[in-house]
Amino acid sequence: MLKQTEGSHAVAEAIALCRPQVICAYPITPQTHIVEGVGEMVKDGTLTNCEFINVESEFAALSVAIGASAAGARTYTATSSQGLLFMAEAVYNAAGLGLPIVMTIGNRAIGAPINIWNDHSDSMSMRDAGWIQLFAETNQEALDLHIQAFRLAEELSCPVMVCMDGFILTHAYDRVDIPTQAQVDSFLPPYEPRQILDPADPVSIGAMVGPEAFTEVRYMAHHKQLRALTLIPQLSAAFERQFGRASGGLLRTYRTEGAETIVVALGSVIGTVQEVIDEMREAGTKIGAVSICSFRPFPLAALREALQNAVRVVVLEKCLAVGLGGIVSDGVRKSLSGIQLKGYTVIAGLGGRAITRASLHQLFTDATEDELEQVTFLDLNAEVVNHELERESAARRSGPTAEAILRRLGTVASHIG
Amino acid sequence: MTDTGKRMTTEMQEVKFYQTGTFTVGNRLLAENERSVQANMERTNSLNSGHRACQGCGEALGARYAIDAAMRATGNQLIAVNATGCLEVFSTPYPESSWQIPWIHSLFGNAAAVASGVAAALRVTGKSAARVVAQGGDGGTTDIGFGCLSGMFERNDDVLYLCYDNEAYMNTGVQRSSATPPAARTATTMAVGKAPGNVFGTGKNVPLIAMAHNIPYVATASVANLRDLEFKVTKAMGIHGARYIHIHVPCPLGWGSLPADTIKLARLAVESGLFPLFEAEYGELSGSTKIRSKVPVEDYLRLQKRFAHLFGKEQDTERLARIQATADRNIARFNLIA
Repeated sequence: MLKQTEGSHAVAEAIALCRPQVICAYPITPQTHIVEGVGEMVKDGTLTNCEFINVESEFAALSVAIGASAAGARTYTATSSQGLLFMAEAVYNAAGLGLPIVMTIGNRAIGAPINIWNDHSDSMSMRDAGWIQLFAETNQEALDLHIQAFRLAEELSCPVMVCMDGFILTHAYDRVDIPTQAQVDSFLPPYEPRQILDPADPVSIGAMVGPEAFTEVRYMAHHKQLRALTLIPQLSAAFERQFGRASGGLLRTYRTEGAETIVVALGSVIGTVQEVIDEMREAGTKIGAVSICSFRPFPLAALREALQNAVRVVVLEKCLAVGLGGIVSDGVRKSLSGIQLKGYTVIAGLGGRAITRASLHQLFTDATEDELEQVTFLDLNAEVVNHELERESAARRSGPTAEAILRRLGTVASHIG
Repeated sequence: MTDTGKRMTTEMQEVKFYQTGTFTVGNRLLAENERSVQANMERTNSLNSGHRACQGCGEALGARYAIDAAMRATGNQLIAVNATGCLEVFSTPYPESSWQIPWIHSLFGNAAAVASGVAAALRVTGKSAARVVAQGGDGGTTDIGFGCLSGMFERNDDVLYLCYDNEAYMNTGVQRSSATPPAARTATTMAVGKAPGNVFGTGKNVPLIAMAHNIPYVATASVANLRDLEFKVTKAMGIHGARYIHIHVPCPLGWGSLPADTIKLARLAVESGLFPLFEAEYGELSGSTKIRSKVPVEDYLRLQKRFAHLFGKEQDTERLARIQATADRNIARFNLIA
């Protein structure tokens, strides 16, 4: 059914269609509307056979989810930013135990400085925790990915994060096609746990493992993700057959045929990237894009296939590996092992900084002329940075950096472009 | 006849048979349904022999009694969640898991929350006959797991939480926790300087904090009184909602005591008033176990190397008096002397 609705509500409806049995809720912007939406459906009786639990922290949210999943319930939670960091220990634990929990990340920056707007720093910080990480481009895809995520998680007995850009997707009203319960039921069978806490058949879960077996247990986690490289495209294809639209998969290419320059990105920014590519293609520039949906497992082979005939690759990242540059760039570079290709990392959209068509147009033009630095900060206000550097070199007690920069900028608090 | 002689005569005349009317009674004298879980052939040995606990481990003893009692009370429909700590480590190095029941360990600080999740899953999947217990040491309960514990209490989730209190982080090498008593030497409250050992005036009383949540049942118990422990666990499993039992379990390694003295020490803690045994329902104290024969705190402290600095060349009378005052306050507060 077509519906004009908020991204978070679209996801809430998708979650409800997946018949979750335990949902743990703890508020943090910008994921709040999702769990509020599902909670309302539990309270008003639309979503039956589901426990909605208000917990006292994100650490508790995922811990309750761990217990519920281990006891055989289909389990869901959502978080963002600091919340994901606060549950970090449980994030690794859920994956280590192989519990198929699905969690939405409403992607948001990590402080300090505190910032509620979108970038990918939160999910990226947990990239090696053992969860599958899928990034949505649109609200429709966010909705669809959740349905696929439960099936993927349960087939592999591995937790899955569905990452959607905070505000840009979570709070945007857009047209979405919400499937019927019958459609979802035929795609997503009831949860059959691989391991369960059952008095009739007692098992120990989470025992201590020493050096004699730890590597093997960790390898099994890696192997699961390697299997996901095959399973994700299969599920995406099955989803398309069932629901009549393409969603998910490892990655998608856009006008990469004959492209000398290929832009790699994740999430909602790909929409703007495609518009700029259309403009530049029209002007005769051989440029295309790759949108990575599955960041974990990282699709090395598929990416190599997509990039190998290009001259250069521009990785547009909404996160920063401080002291290195790009996080996604590392994986891209690895996928190109042995292939000579110019590579550029662009750090963009941090803390909600708008990524505009004009900026991207200039950026991609500079890239095609190989006039980019190895690492570029898109739209960095050099004047402010230089002023702050001078100020700090002039005085030992220069005070807090962020506040000094805000003072320099003056009253432009609402300016995010 | 001297005064002393008179008193002795009086005592001899008032012969008290501890074999009746107390929990130390032999099973033979009791009705079938009042007999100890451990004395029953049907006991489940939920925490089976062969684990790697130290000799004289109070926690292993307390856990075996508590879990077997919970198993009997639930008709063997029990799931256990374990915080990281000694109990988790000594019971599970594979392939030697001692647990004969469904058991999960997730993290140090989340046992109560994981148990809440298990309880929710049991409810929603229609397995309401099965029940869940969470268990952890004092560090995993009173410190790092405290937030999750309070959350579980506040929501009144259907979980019995068992805290095995040996008064420090024993698994990591005897560091101070918020359950470490004043003056006790630990690796982080060293027995050096002007005031050796742990400071006075700190720490938290989690049973009282549990009561402040107005949950259906809170109790303290001790391995000195195992029948009482079984009784309280059984009672707790007959109630739905959040329940808490705080069990005093001496640790020979951390306390510097003889393994053979574990029960004796636990008893001295109770009989001195330092560890009061009481029950509370919905936030109100509902009963306490009376001290049979009050002993000075010194009798308890002297047997433990962690308090050795109180009994050096010069006895630390001032701090001993402060500890005695704590015991006396407990006796008055919990009405421990009939």
